[in-house]
Amino acid sequence: MNIVPQRGSRIFLAFVPFFLIALIYVVGSTERRAANPDDKLLPPVAEMAQAAHRLAFEPDRRSGDLVLWTDTAASLRRLAIGLGVATAIGLTVGLAVGVVPVAGATFGTLVAVLSMIPPMAILPILFIVFGLGELSKVVLIVFGVTPCLIRDLAMTVANLPKEQLVKAQSLGASTWQVAIRVVLPQIMPRLIESLRLSIGPAFLFLISAEAIAADVGLGYRIFLMRRYLSMDIILPYVAWITLLAYGLDFALAMLARRAFPWAYVEEPR
Amino acid sequence: MSAISVRDVWVEYGDQIVLERINLEIASGTFLSVVGPSGAGKSTFLRLILGQERPSRGAILLDGAPLPSEPGADRGVVFQRYSVFPHLTVLANVLIAYEFEASRMLARLKGQARRAATAKSETLLEAVGLAPHRDKYPSALSGGMQQRLAIAQALARAPRVLLLDEPFGALDPGTRAQMHALITPLWRQHGMTVIMVTHDIKEAFGLGTRVVALDRSRHDPQAPGRFGAIVTYDLDLTRDTPVPVLGFGKPIETGRMGAKADQKEAQHDA
Repeated sequence: MNIVPQRGSRIFLAFVPFFLIALIYVVGSTERRAANPDDKLLPPVAEMAQAAHRLAFEPDRRSGDLVLWTDTAASLRRLAIGLGVATAIGLTVGLAVGVVPVAGATFGTLVAVLSMIPPMAILPILFIVFGLGELSKVVLIVFGVTPCLIRDLAMTVANLPKEQLVKAQSLGASTWQVAIRVVLPQIMPRLIESLRLSIGPAFLFLISAEAIAADVGLGYRIFLMRRYLSMDIILPYVAWITLLAYGLDFALAMLARRAFPWAYVEEPR
Repeated sequence: MSAISVRDVWVEYGDQIVLERINLEIASGTFLSVVGPSGAGKSTFLRLILGQERPSRGAILLDGAPLPSEPGADRGVVFQRYSVFPHLTVLANVLIAYEFEASRMLARLKGQARRAATAKSETLLEAVGLAPHRDKYPSALSGGMQQRLAIAQALARAPRVLLLDEPFGALDPGTRAQMHALITPLWRQHGMTVIMVTHDIKEAFGLGTRVVALDRSRHDPQAPGRFGAIVTYDLDLTRDTPVPVLGFGKPIETGRMGAKADQKEAQHDA
């Protein structure tokens, strides 16, 4: 409890479990290959690297695309639009619900109910209403992420000390001014935290929608390759998606600390 | 200039009566200390003047006009905690008061107007001794410095009434003494009416020109909420006026306390 690792040893310790998992995989893969040269379940690292290289740097024979990059671009675009729209709606409505009691009374319960609808359950509706194109996938992400964002932000507003809002009013601030100068900046760090937590669900909705109906995208590719049992492609893709999500998470964490230093003063370095 | 009349004010929450029959004429420029045990409605009284709450019965007048029913720039306030904005630097915390005033839509000032407001803010920070810390965030300040910032902030809009809700309650004795020495000259200089709620009797008599005690005078054990607090003591501590006594049994002691208070004030002035 009292032994705190230094920076160097902390990085080392963080890599140990990854290394162990890789080791177990390599051993398992070798074992299975030794028993059955045609094994597809645990392809050796070299085969995965080869497959990844082929997808990333060699144009597809049929379409001429660099498959990995077109998939990544398509998926990230859907994700970015979805999360962007969700953030815009979440921030606006969350702020209104939190600051203006009338808005809270009007939309609070609605948002609470909406957030309980399983987004996957309305995916068929989205496909029917918005077609099988980009829009239905984006709407699924928006629908899945926004209600939680709104509730989280409204709660953050509610947790602001009442004294601050009264103080601002005693300095002559109107409701609008309190919202944009006192409340909004103070919920921004929480918005980013909330977005970080939403990355997981957002990817879940994205991959699901792509798996069901798409012609390009990371989720589409994985589910396409499943038919051929191409673990040598699926595994690198999963690793790539994980890396993207982790990178996004890390970038948001850094952004929050850079943009809102006052919110992280208590945090140990 | 900024006289407050409280006329037959009652505050009730459902069955519970918090304040009853409160009648006070607070002259302009008074430093009124409000004391009383916990739960006697001191803070409720302050919230009434602040406009955060409305009396169930009765009226409160500010310079003869009914008090607005929401907080406004004519009544500044310093709370015990959470009075400053954690996301703004010390300077921005004061500056924001001028930005609220001058820029209705964006609440941001630019160019010449911003420079003028910054200069005014810096004067205020100078007055409370925070000028060297202007670019720090409040979290980097001590409790006493945060309260001084809250005072500077509250003075920015030149309020007619300054409300202090146990402003020094969370400070250590040394810092508290410094704050006492700071607040009196500011009050004189700005000519405000100050209403301070405090637990500290010494502070109440040391700073105030008038001390009002709120307490429940009657208690029904079967219905604890039946009787609210009333003004049990109302003492004028200024030298020139005779001490008016409301239900006060020991006028001799009052005199002693008053003398003590004057002594203290003399100390602060020195």
